[in-house]
Amino acid sequence: MPERKSAAPRVNDFTLKFANVNGSGSASANALVMKTIFRMGVPVVGKNFFPSNIQGLPTWYEIRVTRDGWRARSGRIDLMVAMNAETYARDLREVAAGGYLVYDSTWPRPNLHAREDVHTFGVPFAQLCTDNFEGARARTLMKNIMYVGTVAALIDIDLEVIRGLLAETFAKKPKLVDSNMKAIEIGYRYAKEHFQCPLPIRVERMDATAGHVMIDGNTAAALGCLYAGATVGAWYPITPSTSLMDAFRSFCARHRTDAATGRRDYMIVQAEDELAAIGIVIGAMWNGARAFTPTSGPGISLMEEFIGLAYYAEVPAVVFDVQRVGPSTGMPTRTQQCDLLACAYASHGDTRHVLLFPDSPEESFHMAVQAFDLAERLQTPVFVMLDLDIGMNDWMSPEFKWDDAWRPDRGKMLTPEQIAGIEKFQRYLDPDGDGIPYRTLPGISPKASYFTRGSGHSRFGAYTEDSAEYQDVLDRLTRKFGTAAKHVPPAVIDGRGATTAIVSLGSCDAPVREALATLRRSGVAVDYMRVRGFPFGADVEEFLAAHQTIFVVEQNRDAQLRALLTVETAVDKKKLRSILHYNGLSMTAGFVIDEIGKALDQGVAA
Amino acid sequence: MSFIAKPKVANPGLPRNDLGLNRRDYEGSMSTLCAGCGHDSVTAAIVQACFELSMPPQSVVKLSGIGCSSKTTAYFVAGAHGFNAVHGRMPSIATGANAANRDLRYIGVSGDGDSLSIGVGQLAHAIRRNLDMVYILENNGVYGLTKGQFSASADVGSKSKKGEANEQQPIDPVLFALALGASFVARSFSGDKEQLVPLIQAGLAHKGFAIIDVLSPCVTFNDHEGSTKSYAYVREHTETPVAADYIAPRQEIRVQYAPGETVSVPMHDGSSVLLRKLDPGYDPTDRARAAAYVQERAMKNEYVTGLIHVDTSRRDFHAQHATSDTALNAVPFERLCPGSDKLGKILAQFR
Repeated sequence: MPERKSAAPRVNDFTLKFANVNGSGSASANALVMKTIFRMGVPVVGKNFFPSNIQGLPTWYEIRVTRDGWRARSGRIDLMVAMNAETYARDLREVAAGGYLVYDSTWPRPNLHAREDVHTFGVPFAQLCTDNFEGARARTLMKNIMYVGTVAALIDIDLEVIRGLLAETFAKKPKLVDSNMKAIEIGYRYAKEHFQCPLPIRVERMDATAGHVMIDGNTAAALGCLYAGATVGAWYPITPSTSLMDAFRSFCARHRTDAATGRRDYMIVQAEDELAAIGIVIGAMWNGARAFTPTSGPGISLMEEFIGLAYYAEVPAVVFDVQRVGPSTGMPTRTQQCDLLACAYASHGDTRHVLLFPDSPEESFHMAVQAFDLAERLQTPVFVMLDLDIGMNDWMSPEFKWDDAWRPDRGKMLTPEQIAGIEKFQRYLDPDGDGIPYRTLPGISPKASYFTRGSGHSRFGAYTEDSAEYQDVLDRLTRKFGTAAKHVPPAVIDGRGATTAIVSLGSCDAPVREALATLRRSGVAVDYMRVRGFPFGADVEEFLAAHQTIFVVEQNRDAQLRALLTVETAVDKKKLRSILHYNGLSMTAGFVIDEIGKALDQGVAA
Repeated sequence: MSFIAKPKVANPGLPRNDLGLNRRDYEGSMSTLCAGCGHDSVTAAIVQACFELSMPPQSVVKLSGIGCSSKTTAYFVAGAHGFNAVHGRMPSIATGANAANRDLRYIGVSGDGDSLSIGVGQLAHAIRRNLDMVYILENNGVYGLTKGQFSASADVGSKSKKGEANEQQPIDPVLFALALGASFVARSFSGDKEQLVPLIQAGLAHKGFAIIDVLSPCVTFNDHEGSTKSYAYVREHTETPVAADYIAPRQEIRVQYAPGETVSVPMHDGSSVLLRKLDPGYDPTDRARAAAYVQERAMKNEYVTGLIHVDTSRRDFHAQHATSDTALNAVPFERLCPGSDKLGKILAQFR
């Protein structure tokens, strides 16, 4: 039987986990804890594990306190706040040896002492709420806010910072500040009186969060749409992309609405389905407005026919795919990178699309802006590949910067003056040799008119069933895709001349970076490349060619990034070894270290 | 179809409209449909309507889905941009295009195959949005391009060319549109240009979704004895309770009508539609009665044609969204982007 001894003191380096019932108001309590630690200048990572349900199912929230500023989950739980009787047994199991567990001791729990190596703290939250608050709803909500006080005492969080946050949240309802603070103080006092506070795992003020914000990727992408000048948003609600349009709507209500008249410089259309949502985007961009749709895997499946039309008829479109676990309905509230192939080759016939892979909310903001430029420059659909982890979790992020000199790149769009100066407009020529034709907008001049069609067309835009005319256009589209490779953002490369490397993308970056540091500290020489766009550029080819053993780390079962690399580059596929994570939870650094460690033990790499 | 390239030379004696354009300026490329196809007559009616309204060709946007009818957008107003979308999905393209630029006139052409099967959902929601466009549904009860299958508008008992009778209930686009609250519902016949041209003009003047169901026989697959969408059958089975005349802004009404015979419906652009009641008891502004009337006549194997329902009070798509008067594709970037100072303030909420 292991001893119940305390872990070594770990200031600003531990993980808390809250086990709750969803719909009980726990989300705001947990966010309050995280935000308070952040305000105390200590870097945090927050991960929400929630069910596809409105009320009653288990939900968890993990907060990693990380003085080194890591961005991934740690993989170990030091303090569990076990508020859900249904999941109590497994929550207890998850606590690291020497760790701590807080539970509601109002009712006895039969398996309470199943572990001797975990310190358990019983707080009669329900009883304390009954004693101090009136009304069933208030008592339930206050139970959750009360544990914030207990946790604050245990890990030494500043109550004044909490009070300040509550005052901001409830600026218009000061009464709520008082009732919430009352509950917090009850929980705080109880811990102080009954337990030895603080624990060896505790928070100490730092100054490592200045110039940073806590923001999720969907909100950041919506902000990017606002700044890029998008005016039309069309969508069909789907988890986990819904909050992107919610955020766009609230930014536009504030920044795109005439205060005097209420008239709007934007339109958000809730479509009847994803088939219509992408149609609306294509129609709007064809007609010169910047338009986008946020969706997830099932939406991508539904949009495919229209995506093929936009590819072939060369109409710009911007799609945000906030990826979730598939196939089919899958697990809508869990994360994965499982739509890489579906998006890269969406639709029937020979189609290939431009993809962007942000690793964080900050890149989601910038890549959202870039997506509109690329879509208009290349006259083709562009996919911004977020995932639930980036899209819906709050990430500590450097404040985004904006260059006021920036103007949208509308690409090769003829102005009325240019049209007046030409004899005849032809839609699908390649005068510049980069595969990109010139386009015109409706409404300008009868000389500018052309017919957009998904049926076979010649370089003049005319209907054709002539083999040579058809191939001529298809081959130009291949040239255009080559041009796209020069326009997508370059890979981020951390090369130190090693022969072994990791290649990854998107939200894998956070755990991979941490793993990389650990591996290097232990003497393993390993380089790293994070791809940020598709089609792959020359930099990706060179990196692959320069390394002997390449671990491809991604979050899906079928090694979709590896598949793309083998199909779209000259790499010898034997060099590529997959590290795959697809259980729906955000990957930890420990997972990457273990997997690479195992491979190295088997003598895989140098 | 003809393989001869369409001559571009126009007779200098042709009448010209207010823009100095003649009818030929509103034509498009040569039709590739079968000789005698009803759709070509509808195309001619659209050409006539646009010519008479003196619409700048570039002010028109032509939209269609997939099928014989959807091909026809290439056959009128060559100076307008056209968009041939995917099957049944033209309404969403129209929605996006209209969202981007409220200043243009949107003419959609679809068929019963395109609109009433895969497209029925998108049609329904375009009606619900009261999207400002004219939606012409060229209705022949049959799939032409795939050679003669029944469409969803085929009547019970109507026979295919091979003699097979349809047993499934038809979707009547007029009743469908009335049920969904369409603000302008009309029906006509491709063989009745005198009725169709003013209906198209009234539809263009209407601020909102104007659907015109045009019975347009398929000469190749559905013009035989036993079909309820043949030229002969439609000619003998139409009834028009209300005829519509389009009256341009400031145009004088020359014909005198007896009191109670006509109703003038003012349109937002200053024009009006003069309704001549051929059935004195009919009230086209009463949606429920209109639907009942159409249904009663259908039971007697009669197609009700003319302007069946109009409601100019309903707010269109842009009014519902309170969009600015400036077309969204023309709002200056400086008005759209809040700039770096505001970004700092926005981000401060996330600290």
